[in-house]
Amino acid sequence: MFDFHKNHKLLVATSFLGFAMLSTVIAVIPALQMQEVKPLPGMEELNSEELKGLQVYVSENCMACHTQQVRNIEMDQVWGERPSLASDYYYSKQRMDLWRQSPSLLGSERTGPDLTEVGKRQPGKEWHLLHLYNPRIAVKESVMPSYPWLFEEKSKAMVTQKDVVVPVSAELLKNPDHQLVAKPEALALVAYLQSLIQAELGQDLGPDFIPSTRKKQEPASGAESLGLDGLQLYSETCSACHQPSGDGIPGAFPSLAGSEIVNDPDPSILIQIILSGYDARPEFGAMPEFGSLLSDEEIAAIATHERSSWGNQAPVVTPDQVAEIRKFVLNQ
Amino acid sequence: MKRTTLLLLLLGFGLNQSQAQTVPNPAIDQWWSSPGIVGTALLIALVSLVAIVIIGSRLSALFQGLQNRAESRKKETLKSELVNWEEEDLDWILEKRKAAKKYRLTGTELTGKGNSDDSRGLIAKVTRDPENPLVDEKKRETLRMETPKPLRKLMIWYLGAAVFWLVFGTLVGQYVGMKFIWPEMDQISWLSFGRLRPVHTNTVFWGWASMAMVGLGYFVISRTSNTGIFSYSLAKIAWYLMNSAVVLGNFLLMSGVNNGGGEYREYIWPVALLFASGLILTFFNYYKTVAARKISEIYISNWYLLGGLIWTITLVVIGYLPSFQDGLGETVIQGYYMHQGVGMWFMTFTLGLIYYYLPTSLNKPIYSYSLGVLAFWTQMLFYTLIGTHHFVFSPLPWWLQTVAIVFSAGMFIPVVSGTTNFLMTMKGSWSAISKSYVLPFFLVGVVFYFVGSAQGSLQAFRLTNFIWHFTDFNVAHSHMTMYGIITFILWACMYAILPKVTGKEPPALGVGIHFWLAFVGLFAYMISLMTGGTQRGLSWIEGESFINSVILMQPFWVWRAIGGSMMFVSHLIFAYNFYEMAKKEKPLPHKIPAPLSSVHA
Repeated sequence: MFDFHKNHKLLVATSFLGFAMLSTVIAVIPALQMQEVKPLPGMEELNSEELKGLQVYVSENCMACHTQQVRNIEMDQVWGERPSLASDYYYSKQRMDLWRQSPSLLGSERTGPDLTEVGKRQPGKEWHLLHLYNPRIAVKESVMPSYPWLFEEKSKAMVTQKDVVVPVSAELLKNPDHQLVAKPEALALVAYLQSLIQAELGQDLGPDFIPSTRKKQEPASGAESLGLDGLQLYSETCSACHQPSGDGIPGAFPSLAGSEIVNDPDPSILIQIILSGYDARPEFGAMPEFGSLLSDEEIAAIATHERSSWGNQAPVVTPDQVAEIRKFVLNQ
Repeated sequence: MKRTTLLLLLLGFGLNQSQAQTVPNPAIDQWWSSPGIVGTALLIALVSLVAIVIIGSRLSALFQGLQNRAESRKKETLKSELVNWEEEDLDWILEKRKAAKKYRLTGTELTGKGNSDDSRGLIAKVTRDPENPLVDEKKRETLRMETPKPLRKLMIWYLGAAVFWLVFGTLVGQYVGMKFIWPEMDQISWLSFGRLRPVHTNTVFWGWASMAMVGLGYFVISRTSNTGIFSYSLAKIAWYLMNSAVVLGNFLLMSGVNNGGGEYREYIWPVALLFASGLILTFFNYYKTVAARKISEIYISNWYLLGGLIWTITLVVIGYLPSFQDGLGETVIQGYYMHQGVGMWFMTFTLGLIYYYLPTSLNKPIYSYSLGVLAFWTQMLFYTLIGTHHFVFSPLPWWLQTVAIVFSAGMFIPVVSGTTNFLMTMKGSWSAISKSYVLPFFLVGVVFYFVGSAQGSLQAFRLTNFIWHFTDFNVAHSHMTMYGIITFILWACMYAILPKVTGKEPPALGVGIHFWLAFVGLFAYMISLMTGGTQRGLSWIEGESFINSVILMQPFWVWRAIGGSMMFVSHLIFAYNFYEMAKKEKPLPHKIPAPLSSVHA
C-alpha cells in the first residue's frame, strides 16, 4: 500500500496533501484568526497624506533596516510604552492596492532604530526633513542612506509661499544660491513618520514586558540624583537636533553652547521653551513642546546638564522651579 | 537557569501569552553559558576544524607515512623469500636479468624495414613536469557520458543563466555591503540601499540557485529514470518565464515598486506569477519524465526534486493569495513563506541533487536509502511548522511561537539523518578528497548542512533570540546556509557533471582559487557578523544608546566587505571555469587525414 518508491502518483499526492494540510494548520488558519482583530479605541485611521507616506516608506523599502514592533521583553522598552499588540497594525497593514499587498512593517532587522514611536521621539518636521535629505547632518555616525530625490533645489526666486524650505546650509547644495524644497513625497513620508505613536491604553490593560533578571542599580538618595542622568536624558531627547556637542546645526537648530538663554541666571525662559516649544526665530526650525513628555525632575536634570556643559556656567535648576513654571504655562 | 529555559521550551507549548509572562527572562549575566550560545560556538569550532582537516589532507603527510610502511613491508617479504631460495634458481634469475639489461630495441620492431607515413609516431609529447607547479594535480575526468544533445544544451542554458545571476546578484550584494562603510557612495534612487537589498536576495534566490537547481535536476531525473526528458520545449518556455521574472522583478524593485517589503516576497504578484508558471511547467515536465521511467523504483533524488517543486508551488500560492494577508495575518504568512522558501525549495531540492551527484562522484552507492526516506518525511513535517521562529516575542500568538521553537529543535532529526547519510557515503574515500576538485566542495557543503541547520535551530530558542534577533547575526546565518550549503553544493554538482557531459575540464588552478577564495571569504563574512551581532545584541540588552551599537558594528562591517569581496572575486573565476567547461567544441586544428586509399598509392 505504501509503495511510495514505486508509485509516483501516490508519492506526489501524499507529499502535496501532507504539506497543504500542515500549511493550513500552521499558516492559513492562524493568519485568518489574526485578521479578526479590531482597532484599539483610541486609534485613528491614517489620513490620505499619511497613507501616501506609507507608500513611500514601502517603495524605499525602509523595512529592510527599521522594525516596527516593540517585543514583550524589557530590552525593547526603549522603543515604546508597552509591547506591540495585533490591533496596533489594524490600519497600517491593509492591502495597498491591486498590485501590492499589506506592507511587512514588523521587519526582521534593526540596522536602524525601531520606529514604533518615532513620532513621539522625533516630533519635529524640520528634523525629519533634514535627516532624510542627509542623515549625517543630524547624526554624524549614521549609516542610513540619503534620500536627495525626495527634495529639489530651487532658485530663491522660484520658491513660492506653499513650498516647504528645508533649512540646510548652503555648502551642502549643488548650487549654493538655491534653496532646498521638500517634494510632496518627502512631506508625506514625514507625515507618516510623525503619525507613528502607540495608541494609549488605560493603565494595567495592555500586556506587560517580561522583566529582566538583571540587577537594577539602586538609585542613590537625594533630590539631585533621583536616578536621573542629565547627560543620558539629553542624549535621548535633545541631542538629535542640538547635537551631543551642544553646537546645534547651523541654519537648522540653534547652538546651546554659550547661548544667552541657557546661561541666564534665571532659568525661567529656558524651562518655558522646553515645556511649551519655541518657534520665534525664522532662521531656525521650530522646537516642539516637551511638557507632556518629560516630568519636572527630568526637565530639571536636562536643564542642569545644559547649563553646566560645553563651557556653560549657570546655577542648577530644581524640579520645584520647573513645577512653578509649568503651573504658570498651564494657566495661560 | 539552563533547566528553566528547557522547561520553558517544553511547557511553553500551548501556554497563552498572559501565563507566559510570569516566566522571567533568563539571566543575561551568564549569556555565554546558555545552551544556544555554547552550541553555536561548538558548531563554529566544528566547521573550523573541518577547514583545518582539509588543509591537513592537502599536506598529505599521512599518505606519505602509509606509503613508507607499505614499502618496508614489501621489502620484508622479499627478504624472507630470498633466504628460502635455492642457489641454482637464483643463478638462473641472475642470468636472465643480465640478458634483459643488455637488450636494446632496434627501432624496427613495429614497422619492419618499410618507411612510415606517419611523421608523429606513437607518443606526441613526453613531459615529467606537473602541468602546474602551484596546485595539486587533480584526477582528470575519464568517463564521458553519452548525453543526448538537447539535454546537454538545456543544461548549459539553465546553468549559464544561473552563473550570470550569481555574478550579477553578488555584485549587487557586494555594492550594498560597502554602503555600510560609505553611505554616500551614490545619490541615485535606483541604487539606494533599501531598493538594492531585495534585488540582491531575490537574484541569488530566484536567479542563481533556482536556475542552477532546475538545470542540474533535469540531468538527474533523466538519468535515474533511464529515459529522455518529457518535453524540451516546455523546459525552454520555463527558462524564459523564470528568467523574465527575475529581470522584470529587479527592474521594478529598483524603480520603487515593492510588493510590501516582506523578505523574498518583494516581487509583485504578476512577476511572481511568471516565476510560478515556470515552476509549474518544470514540475509537469519532471513528473511526466519520472512517470515514463524505465525502471520500477523511483530513485530517492526524485522524491526530493518532485517534493521540492510541488511544495514550492503550494507555498507561492499561499504566499500571494490576498484573503488572509491583512493586519498580522500577513506577518504569520511572512514567517511561513520566508522560511519555507528556503526550506522547501532550496534545501529540499538541493538535498535531492546531493543524493545523486555525491554517490556518482565517489562511484559508489548512497549509504542508506531508508535514512533518505526518513529525512524526506521529517523535512516536510518539521520544516513546515517553524516559520514563526522569525517572530519570537512579537505580537503573534505565543503558542505559534512555541510550536515554531519546538519543531526547530525537531529539525535535528532530518539534519542528522541527512548528514550521517552523506558522511557515511564519503567514508573510506577521504583520500579521494585531495585528488578531486569536486569533493572538497561537497565536503564543505555537507558540513555546513549540519552546522548551519543546527545553528539555526539553536538560534530559534528564546534566550538566543534576546541576544541575536534583529542583529547582523541573522545575516551571517543566511549566508552560512544559502552560501555555505546551497551554493557550495551547487558548485560541487556543476563541477561534477559538466566535464562528463561536455568532455571539457575546468583549469585546475581556477577551481582551486575559486574554492579557497569562496571558503575563506565566507569565513571572514560569517565570523565578523556573528561577533559583531553578538556584541550589538548585548549592547542593546545593557540599554546603551542605539547609535553606540552602530559605531560598534563599523569594524565588523569592514571585515564583512572584505569577505564579500573575496566571495565575489571567486564568482568571477567560477564564471571563467564554467566558460571553459561549456564553451563550444572547436573544430579540430588538423586537416582531415587523407583517406586510406592514398596511403597505398
